[in-house]
Amino acid sequence: MLLPNRCVDCAACAATCPHGAIRKLGDHWVTDRGICRVCGDCVAVCYADGRQIVGREYSLDELMETIMSDEAFYTQSGGGVTFSGGEPLAHPEALKALLQACKARGYHSALDTCGHAPWSAFEEVLPLLDLVLYDLKLLDPEKHRQYTGVSNELILANLEKLARTGKELWLRIPIIPGVNDSPDDLAASAAFIRGLEGNPRVFILPYHDVASSKYPNIGADHRLGKIAPADQDAMDRAAAYFLELGLPVQQGG
Amino acid sequence: MLDVIQEMRLLQPSTSIQVSVQNPDSFIKRAAKIIRTGFGQPSIFNTDVIVKELMRQGKSLEDARAGGSSGCVEVGAFGKENYSLIGYFNLPKLLELTLHDGLDPRTGKQLGLQTGRAEELKDFEALYAAFVKQLNYFIDIKLRGSQVIERLYAAHMPCPFLSLLTEDCISSGKDYHDGGARYNTSYIQGVGLGSITDMLSAIKTHVYEEQNLSMPQLMAALANNFTDERLRLMLANRTPRFGNDDQRADEIAVRVFESYWKAVDGRPNTRGGAYRINMLPTTCHIYFGSVMLASPDGRRSGMPLSEGISPVQGADRKGPTAVLKSVAKIEHWRTGGTLLNQKFTPQVLADDTGLDSLVNLVRTYFSLGGHHIQFNVVDAETLKEAQADPQAHRDLIVRVAGYSDYFCDLGESLQNEIIARTAHEDF
Repeated sequence: MLLPNRCVDCAACAATCPHGAIRKLGDHWVTDRGICRVCGDCVAVCYADGRQIVGREYSLDELMETIMSDEAFYTQSGGGVTFSGGEPLAHPEALKALLQACKARGYHSALDTCGHAPWSAFEEVLPLLDLVLYDLKLLDPEKHRQYTGVSNELILANLEKLARTGKELWLRIPIIPGVNDSPDDLAASAAFIRGLEGNPRVFILPYHDVASSKYPNIGADHRLGKIAPADQDAMDRAAAYFLELGLPVQQGG
Repeated sequence: MLDVIQEMRLLQPSTSIQVSVQNPDSFIKRAAKIIRTGFGQPSIFNTDVIVKELMRQGKSLEDARAGGSSGCVEVGAFGKENYSLIGYFNLPKLLELTLHDGLDPRTGKQLGLQTGRAEELKDFEALYAAFVKQLNYFIDIKLRGSQVIERLYAAHMPCPFLSLLTEDCISSGKDYHDGGARYNTSYIQGVGLGSITDMLSAIKTHVYEEQNLSMPQLMAALANNFTDERLRLMLANRTPRFGNDDQRADEIAVRVFESYWKAVDGRPNTRGGAYRINMLPTTCHIYFGSVMLASPDGRRSGMPLSEGISPVQGADRKGPTAVLKSVAKIEHWRTGGTLLNQKFTPQVLADDTGLDSLVNLVRTYFSLGGHHIQFNVVDAETLKEAQADPQAHRDLIVRVAGYSDYFCDLGESLQNEIIARTAHEDF
């Protein structure tokens, strides 16, 4: 990943790259990702920290040490650990091992998931979880496919099963102007949620476009395009509409 | 009272709250609502630690409980003590002198001891030993001077009115300035803990451990104020630094703290009391930086040092919890006060969840033994500075629609939007 704000134009990255993948394009040093082998040599010599490899491997012990370093704060706030992503359920074994370690230390553990994972992955980790944060974006299968690339069938089926387990469940609906905030979309979500067992709590979150400045950093297109963030009015309207439909929701969270 | 503070918005007298574990969270939360209006007050003190500090110095439980903090962050037994702040002590300057065999490279004067040329200091232990020699030498000079001043005050500047109001001056028949008070403490304020830690850490890491920089190369870079920007960035960004809950740096901070404490604490003053340390800079970190050339942490010549016990500006990159963990590693209760500044943008404290998080942050810091914390709410001006100089503001966190990120890593248009929004929300 490139962080152009930090670049001091020293050109050490290009000089170091063993594959010749880095060259100057206009004002910026860019990486040709077809040639780059992610060896990390350019990151090592970028003392301005303008180049980074996103993500790194941790051993279980290393990661637990990082988690434990904030123990004093969990103890005070009643907080704990939230496994987020990416999608943690893409790595059910690693997640299970971590959750076991957290449980052993008595930490409250939450999973933040988009729900698109085989049910067997849920079954692996559910007994070790205190809370599941579950994204619900769109009920319309076609629109869901259009915006996320996959159908929502598995996601909705998992959610119904999950609600039946009685595990504490918070649904999180991003309010994305022009994508999922039409009365029809909101009504479909509300109807589905009301059909779930266990009355899960529902949170609506405002869409923000921080990512739009990050796509160029990883050399990718922002395919969603420019969407204005959901402002307070849009959030209030969505909350009021949900309430009208008999579904109280909380903003933020 | 807090309602009045909110309404008056007075900068002087400065306001603070003292919080014990026995006070309700709602008390801190009420103060947090004033803090978020952005004038840095009230600051928050840990009463339980203050009582412990005062009792360690030999005060009775009753007097300790009736005491508290005043001025900046220093503690005293109100109405029963003459506790004086007798001077600021530039810890990083001592390293500059150490690296130059006691010579001040700015003026060419031999100020310190000759503890060996930098190239002759074979390992980190040799360097640190030389640093401690300079430290003890200058503390000795400082105390000798202070004792003369104490005697001058006692002889030529009696204050009868204050003596009337300070316990035991009447019964002892001595002036407030002549040891008449029940307790008599002289504090020396250590300045630049974050800076000195990062400087020592940079030398330890690059010159002695990784050996990717020789001592003569480092000395040349300091002398030429980093004409090689890459070298400067390596020192700043490839060094374990204070404020990240990184034991490699934090153990150096603890070591410096212990050396400084040992050099000062408990030595007798001429008023029947003792010299003690505290860690507060007032604004001296700016002046102290102005009398120093470039330093091994990548700081350029003349730039400010770190303030209080806060990390060097921009050096803490693991968020506020890591800062609190680092600064809590020194034993605050053995000082007469420490000062920690934290920065927030107004959006972080906009809602109830933000306020509750602040309460939890304070509570946790105090449970770790912290003495004092104050929150500066970042204004649009600071964000503009950060936009222009991202390397110096890497620690700045902003909140965007329920999501937080490092300000300097955001795209320019989003930065501008946040600046505009922050300016709008300034009170």
